[in-house]
Amino acid sequence: MSERGSHGSNVFLTRPARHLLGVQGMHPGRITPILDLAEHYALLNRSRKTPRDLLRGRTLINLFFEDSTRTRTSFELAGKRLGADVVNMTVASSSVNKGETLLDTAATLNAMHTDLLVVRHSQSGAPALLAQKVQASVVNAGDGTHEHPTQALLDALTIRRHFGMFEGLTIAICGDVSHSRVARSNIHLLTAMGCQVRVVGPPTLVPGAIGALGVSIHHTMEDGLRGVDVVMMLRVQRERMKGTQVPSAREYFRFYGLDNRRLALAKPHALVMHPGPMNRGVEIDSRVADSDQSVIREQVEMGVAVRMAVLDILARGGDGA
Amino acid sequence: MKPVLFENVRLIDPASGLDRPGRLLVRDGVIAGTDLPQAEGAPEGADIIDGGGQLVLCPGLVDMRVTIGEPGYEYRETVLSAARAAVTGGITTIAVLPNTSPTIDNPALARLLRARGVETGMIDILPYGALTRECAGTEMAEIGLLAEAGAIAFTDGPHAIADSRTMRQMLTYARGFDALIVQHPEDPSLSRGGCATDGELATRLGLPGIPAAAEAILIARDLRLARMTGGRLHFGHVSTAEGLDLIRTAKADGVRVTCDTAPPYFDLNETVIGDFRTYAKLSPPLRAEADRQAVCAALADGTIDAIASDHMPCDADDKRQPFAVASAGGTGLCTLLAVTLAQVHAGNIGMMDALGLLTHRPAAVLRSGAGTLAAGSPADLCLFNPDTGWIVRAGELPGKAQNTPFDGRALEGHVLGTWKNGRRVFGATAA
Repeated sequence: MSERGSHGSNVFLTRPARHLLGVQGMHPGRITPILDLAEHYALLNRSRKTPRDLLRGRTLINLFFEDSTRTRTSFELAGKRLGADVVNMTVASSSVNKGETLLDTAATLNAMHTDLLVVRHSQSGAPALLAQKVQASVVNAGDGTHEHPTQALLDALTIRRHFGMFEGLTIAICGDVSHSRVARSNIHLLTAMGCQVRVVGPPTLVPGAIGALGVSIHHTMEDGLRGVDVVMMLRVQRERMKGTQVPSAREYFRFYGLDNRRLALAKPHALVMHPGPMNRGVEIDSRVADSDQSVIREQVEMGVAVRMAVLDILARGGDGA
Repeated sequence: MKPVLFENVRLIDPASGLDRPGRLLVRDGVIAGTDLPQAEGAPEGADIIDGGGQLVLCPGLVDMRVTIGEPGYEYRETVLSAARAAVTGGITTIAVLPNTSPTIDNPALARLLRARGVETGMIDILPYGALTRECAGTEMAEIGLLAEAGAIAFTDGPHAIADSRTMRQMLTYARGFDALIVQHPEDPSLSRGGCATDGELATRLGLPGIPAAAEAILIARDLRLARMTGGRLHFGHVSTAEGLDLIRTAKADGVRVTCDTAPPYFDLNETVIGDFRTYAKLSPPLRAEADRQAVCAALADGTIDAIASDHMPCDADDKRQPFAVASAGGTGLCTLLAVTLAQVHAGNIGMMDALGLLTHRPAAVLRSGAGTLAAGSPADLCLFNPDTGWIVRAGELPGKAQNTPFDGRALEGHVLGTWKNGRRVFGATAA
């Protein structure tokens, strides 16, 4: 059972590469080429000269069991800029909790000869289950509280563009770590690249076992933000701030919101990141979100580039990484 | 009915401490004796089973925690398919949980289940009665009437009685019938929504966790209530060090408590979940390695009174789901003996103790007369080779349900024959 947590069919871990289900266990030697290719696509995107013949004739389906306009649009643009035929399917998540819908969907997609399948699902492990049953390459676009690999890759690319490297950087991931796939994927990827990662949040939103992932745990922003290079804020669901995990939104902002005063504890030019969508005034003050230190819009831009790189690599059977 | 003579077998009868080479004669479906002089010939027309000096003959196994699909979930398992799987594993008596549809909360249903067992001709079914109506955890079921109808003990199956006051009332009322209450040891408010034991693995996989302490918290409460009321209490599938410590201490203090565990909890740990393997999704969830080792230790020191299969049939569609949504539970009838023998082969417990945990000790907890080789007992027998190797393969198991958590596990110990009331119900010459 030494294979704990690994992904047998995951792209970038095994060859031939087929899927991107997570970043856990991914080696820096596999991560760097993806970021390099994404950097290349970022330049092409700015000059509007993307290779629209690369995925010509290929079908990409965005299969979203959970609503997400941003991520879906980002994958849609990535696919279209590479010339793929992109179809969006949004399935109400309530209907997949019953019966065999997920696998029925897989059978349907097989019959349609889909090449690339981008999956978002509210259940951890759902894309992995789907990957066992479809012929298409599966890209995990976020599953439950498990992983969101392309978000971690785009965050890493954004960080690399500002610092040029990862070694020696200290990164604070703040907020609802318990329910965050973004946090998990970022922890796996950034620790693999040699960053020091801190997680910061109220004890009810930070799993006790998260330390086993190689991070330090901090329960005050003052403690967690001191001297960091990057402050990565997480979205907090409003339903968690009704007295179950956190007493109220205003108490949360008072103790765990990012404002200029707290940001001043970080290094002078520390980056402020957020995977979006933001709750202004809950986890992040508007002045911080819109400040010069915020790279939130750049993250969105890099998102398209990273997804182009991933689709490109998968379409070529993983030879690019 | 033809007599059956077992020759050159290693007779093991944990109830009497017997373990020696010998012969055993079955006449009219009943064990006639084990002390036949070697010189005495076989009775006329007897079937002769020669153990070649290697094979073990022991009482048919008594499995005190089994879920079958009948009534209500026949697509998962029927009495007949469960019986076939049971006798393949050397089991001749099963105690079945009441959380069927309808639940076993009325006397007619308890009688029906007993009769359905008899109809198979392969196994005895000892029905559990529902502890509360519809196993809903609130209103008391008719414990007295159910007991009269043959309910062996009372439980809500996979649901713990959440409310302390209700549990106190149950233990108090059941005492009037000296009825046994069997509890699923997991605090329901802590386990709600969870599907794996809290810890590194659940955190990595992003699965909602259940703290291992949910077990100890409920056990501690119920032990205190048992002490307060004098009721008889049994905990099913105990799986944590802390829970077992509490039971060990309570037993030493004279509390009327017993417990069982199931093979997954001493043979597997949480890492078999790997990448969301739903066949390894059980309730309670598989534990960390330290807890597995504590279960092994509690088998060795006698804290655990019985090993039960905790057989829980699931249909493929119940399991082909994202992990948190998939049904919990694993089949266990055909692997019960061999996984238990792995503890013997590993040197943790002796053969006599292992078989005791599968025969007369669960029978004693349930006050059933099964699980013995005593002369005059029904000839429920299991003949096995303790050293034959085989590999568990989901999809190739006898019975309907294939959701074994032991898929791919290599085991030693193979059942060659099973007899129920003197009739061979499994093995080469099964009638």
